[in-house]
Amino acid sequence: MADNQEIVLDVQNLTVQYVLEDETVEAVNDISLQVSKGTTLGLVGETGAGKTTTALAILRLVPDPPGVIKSGSIRVGDIDILSLTKHQLEKIRGKDVSMIFQDPMTSLNPVFTVGEQIAESVLLHERVSRTEAYEKAKELLEMVGIPKFRSVEYPHQFSGGMKQRVVIAIALACNPKFLIADEPTTALDVTIQAQVLELMKNLKQKYGTAMILITHDLGIVADICDEVAVMYAGRIVEKGTLEEVFNHTRHPYTEGLFNSLPNIHRRHEDLMPIPGLMPDPTALPEGCSFAPRCSYATAACRERQPYPRSVSLTHTVRCTAYDDPNFMIRRGRHG
Amino acid sequence: MKDTILASKKYRKRSQIAEVWHRLIKNKGAVVGLFIITLLVLDALAVRLILNYDTQVIAQHITERLQKPSLRHIMGTDNLGRDIFFRLLYGARFSLSVGLVSVAIALAIGTTLGAIAGYYGGAISDIIMRTTDIFFAIPNLLMAIVIVTALGANTLNLMIAVGVASVPQFVRITRATVLTVRNQEYVEASRAIGRNELAIIFFHILPNCLSPIIVMVTLRIASAIITASSLSFLGMGVPPPAPEWGSMLSDGRRFLRGYSYITLFPGLAIMITVLAFNLVGDALRDALDPKLKR
Repeated sequence: MADNQEIVLDVQNLTVQYVLEDETVEAVNDISLQVSKGTTLGLVGETGAGKTTTALAILRLVPDPPGVIKSGSIRVGDIDILSLTKHQLEKIRGKDVSMIFQDPMTSLNPVFTVGEQIAESVLLHERVSRTEAYEKAKELLEMVGIPKFRSVEYPHQFSGGMKQRVVIAIALACNPKFLIADEPTTALDVTIQAQVLELMKNLKQKYGTAMILITHDLGIVADICDEVAVMYAGRIVEKGTLEEVFNHTRHPYTEGLFNSLPNIHRRHEDLMPIPGLMPDPTALPEGCSFAPRCSYATAACRERQPYPRSVSLTHTVRCTAYDDPNFMIRRGRHG
Repeated sequence: MKDTILASKKYRKRSQIAEVWHRLIKNKGAVVGLFIITLLVLDALAVRLILNYDTQVIAQHITERLQKPSLRHIMGTDNLGRDIFFRLLYGARFSLSVGLVSVAIALAIGTTLGAIAGYYGGAISDIIMRTTDIFFAIPNLLMAIVIVTALGANTLNLMIAVGVASVPQFVRITRATVLTVRNQEYVEASRAIGRNELAIIFFHILPNCLSPIIVMVTLRIASAIITASSLSFLGMGVPPPAPEWGSMLSDGRRFLRGYSYITLFPGLAIMITVLAFNLVGDALRDALDPKLKR
């Protein structure tokens, strides 16, 4: 399905580590991703799975030191991100790739008006005058549903949802090819979440921007993503289209995620959380990193690292259990 | 519908400076302070046209020495028969320029170094901060004396000496505030839209560090005037017979028992100037903070 479309983001075998004095945190291990024009990839996983590090690596914003991009390649369109100089990177950031940060409360500078902050991005990347940039900023504000005249106000005069809209306006200011949304709705309450998601969906349809949406909310993924990648301990354990991952779940971890969601039709049923904790990223187990928590785990799982196995053209899963052709996961229910 | 919102909430676009000014003049203390500073600045600029330096400011009239305040000499005369009021008017030139220029020097060097130390950290920060520590260990006045001695005693060198002596304070306070601001998400966000690092330091981080720096500026203007006065007292500042407030103050010390007004008026002048700067500085800090708006 995605084969004949233009691939906007191509990440191959990316490994990112945080090298500390006496230990090394293996944050992202050998992940590969592709996102084509106009599609949205949901990057799902629990806290500390390496989602944000992956996103930061795409913009080369991983704090260095201690973060090191060990190996792999990242291409946005024809640009090889890892070979760029600092100056070239500054041109790419915000222009070709932009990012929406998690917390709108702190991602706007409190001493400048929102208009100025949107105009700043326009001014940096386009050859326009200060007034033209400000006019563009006002248009962008209208586009995200905030009246123009509020451009002269400061961030603290906006509500959380409106601030996130401003952040989205900044991210979209230069029509980026690729947008990274790092938990854009986590800091917002549910009604505002719905508004912001609606806005993002509309903008995506209008401009055809490719997007990575980082979240741990599977509901949001179901709402706006076309493809899903599930991350666990720095690896992508299952990847496929929304339909494949949600309705034909293959990986025990993904199954665990679904089982820990409440189901509105079976209110009295207990949730089935995944037992245990994520392994310490400074000392990942030799075999499958999910094996210690997995109810299907066998000796083989603990011994060797599973390799990505294709289930269909778009669906891959990293699980040793499928060595047995009769293996099936017991998916409790899905809603 | 939208028009009614517009009309009722009176959204007007005012420039940043107009906005800050508007908030500043709402503060009564600031108005008083600004009034005093304006008078002083006007005085410093115009005094040359009004008074004749040679005959009215430094000329000695032994017959009129040590006179009490009267209509002829509003603030009396000193031990050499010079009119204290005239000398004070003229002295504003020296005291104000020393205060402002030396703090400007300290501000420019101190905030730049402090911001770099705070933002980059690591070895750069260590070098800057340890050097600052060494400077801190030397008393302000002693350092100023060393610099003046090395460069020679005149007004410009005095400004440089006092300025350099207050650099460490600015480095420290800037670094401390930059440290709290540099990890804010909006700094990372501006990196993500492709701003380069120097622009981030000067356009995103420093404006958020202004409040303590502004307070520091007003305090340092005050102490710069006093340091300059002490240097004059030691014969290393503005050379006599120029009417610098500090040297007038110390000159009068010998006559403190019988003729206290000789020290009283220069002392008052220094105090009022310092107070005015502090009042304005305090109000300016509030006015510059968009969150305290209304």
